[in-house]
Amino acid sequence: MTAADTAEAHQSPGPTTVPVLQAKGLTKRYGRVVALGGSDLELYPGEILAVIGDNGAGKSSLIKALSGALVPDEGEIHLDGQRVHFRNPMDARKAGIETVYQTLAVAPGLDIADNLFLGRERRRPGPLGSILRMLDHKHMRSEARRHMNELGVATLQNIGQPVESLSGGQRQAVAVARAAAFGSRVVILDEPTAALGVKEGNRVLQLIRDVRDRGLPVILISHNMPHVFEVADRIHIQRLGRRATVITPRSHSMSEAVAIMTGATEPPPPVA
Amino acid sequence: MTTSSTDSASTSVPAASSTTPGPASLPDFDDHRTASPRIRIQQLLHANPTLGPLAVLVLAIVAFTFSNPRFFSAPNLSLVLAQVTVIAVLALGQTLIILTAGIDLSVGAIAVFSSILMASLAVKAGLPGPAALATGLILGTAMGALNGFLVTRIKLPPFIVTLGTLTIFFSLNSVVSNSETIRGADMPALLTWTGTAIPIGTFRLTYGSIIMLLLFALVLFALRNTAWGRHVYATGDDAEAARLAGIRTGRVLLSVYTAAGALYAIGAWILIGRLASASPNVGTDYNLDSITAVVLGGASLFGGRGGVLGTLIGALIVGVFRNGLQLAGVEVVWQGFAIGLLVLVAVSLDQWIRKVRT
Repeated sequence: MTAADTAEAHQSPGPTTVPVLQAKGLTKRYGRVVALGGSDLELYPGEILAVIGDNGAGKSSLIKALSGALVPDEGEIHLDGQRVHFRNPMDARKAGIETVYQTLAVAPGLDIADNLFLGRERRRPGPLGSILRMLDHKHMRSEARRHMNELGVATLQNIGQPVESLSGGQRQAVAVARAAAFGSRVVILDEPTAALGVKEGNRVLQLIRDVRDRGLPVILISHNMPHVFEVADRIHIQRLGRRATVITPRSHSMSEAVAIMTGATEPPPPVA
Repeated sequence: MTTSSTDSASTSVPAASSTTPGPASLPDFDDHRTASPRIRIQQLLHANPTLGPLAVLVLAIVAFTFSNPRFFSAPNLSLVLAQVTVIAVLALGQTLIILTAGIDLSVGAIAVFSSILMASLAVKAGLPGPAALATGLILGTAMGALNGFLVTRIKLPPFIVTLGTLTIFFSLNSVVSNSETIRGADMPALLTWTGTAIPIGTFRLTYGSIIMLLLFALVLFALRNTAWGRHVYATGDDAEAARLAGIRTGRVLLSVYTAAGALYAIGAWILIGRLASASPNVGTDYNLDSITAVVLGGASLFGGRGGVLGTLIGALIVGVFRNGLQLAGVEVVWQGFAIGLLVLVAVSLDQWIRKVRT
């Protein structure tokens, strides 16, 4: 997380770079419906890869396969060049892939610290933790505060305030902070700005950049073209259950991207 | 470090930094609330959910003491506490279930059936006291576990599950008891021990009440200081979100129903001590009284909100109202009216508190 890392993060991924996360020929059928028809995906270190596509293009199936929420019928997933098999979301999470779902998966009544550590609570050292199974509230709160500060969510002074008292953007920040805190390899964000106003949406985009700049590659699923073009390093266009192509915000315009997405123009060969 | 990374991000993507210029480009998520007194009360109650019930309890005690000074005498307060003890323990189990957005209609049936089982095993089957007690506790726990199994595995709504088991347990209760009451005098001393009182001046504290307070302390600790407690709240708040966060919600629910069954069975033991008998015909009010105590205590029937301190206060409110209205000379029929009214006010208040600015 030094300046050197940050600089490296902004180099365009060359052919020598090994993808952090790679999907090859992922296929998923539901009866006669083909949700994924041999889809590929590559995510390189230190980049934000946006995944766009029309409804039914297989975006969410692709993401679910990567986050363990569905098991593909065929195809391979490689993490750092090693083949992995995710049977459920916990497997993916253990491998270091954190997903922020559109529904956020936060418990509104619990406070920020509790939510950050939900399902991964820390116990007190010694017999208080091992026998009485006491939680280490103090440690979790200070860790939570550190994670929130690292992402620059500075004005959430009270880490003990319930998540339901937060605005949509603040809740999103908590969910992103949780993913960034525990994701060691990849962070996947599903429509993180969909429910937000302009101002809060921009702040969440800033959070996403911060996550990338800390060295975690990000997969961003979004319908919001301006947001995608604002933060993405590369854009994966999903169409009819497969990857149509990969473009960058510099190589193509928004309307060209939409045209490829909807099949109005032939997909160009993948960039980079 | 945070600042430098943000700066580098904004330089690499100039289009973005224009929206939030300067070094203050940190996402600050400020919210500018304008807090009117009404909103402030709402937020205060939202942050401290036991405050409202506590105020009601204190006001009720003051009012009843003015209407009849005998109310605040040690013998009468001992009576209130003894009357409240069984309901409080049952409401404690009910609290756990309501926290998970469930409801348990079989609470009274489990408690009464467990008390009949304990007494019958001792008196009719001739089991020694400890064995009869232990078997009764295990069977009561198993009844709770059965509810949990039906809710989590067969995936039936808790209302329907416990409506069914309520009827089944009451029916079995009649079969086992043959609709006869077993006198405490015939039972081993252990079973009626919970009704024994320690005199503190003119105040009489029963062992049953001590057990009740210990159980509240235990559940309070578990809910506040263990991961299990956090998971109970998260599951009740939003089960799907909890599942996506990696919590095994099925296990949490099963553990909650089982723990509730164990609490009801301990409540059964206290019930035997309180009545100095085991009667198959008591306990029909226990379902609604336990739910009333939980709701008055500020827990939400939609789950994820509330706590055991509130329930203890809620149970005390029920006890204080029943006893105080009686001492004030209000007829029994109107006592139910008053408590029903209180419940409606409590639920309306909960709805209002839930609408706190989001």
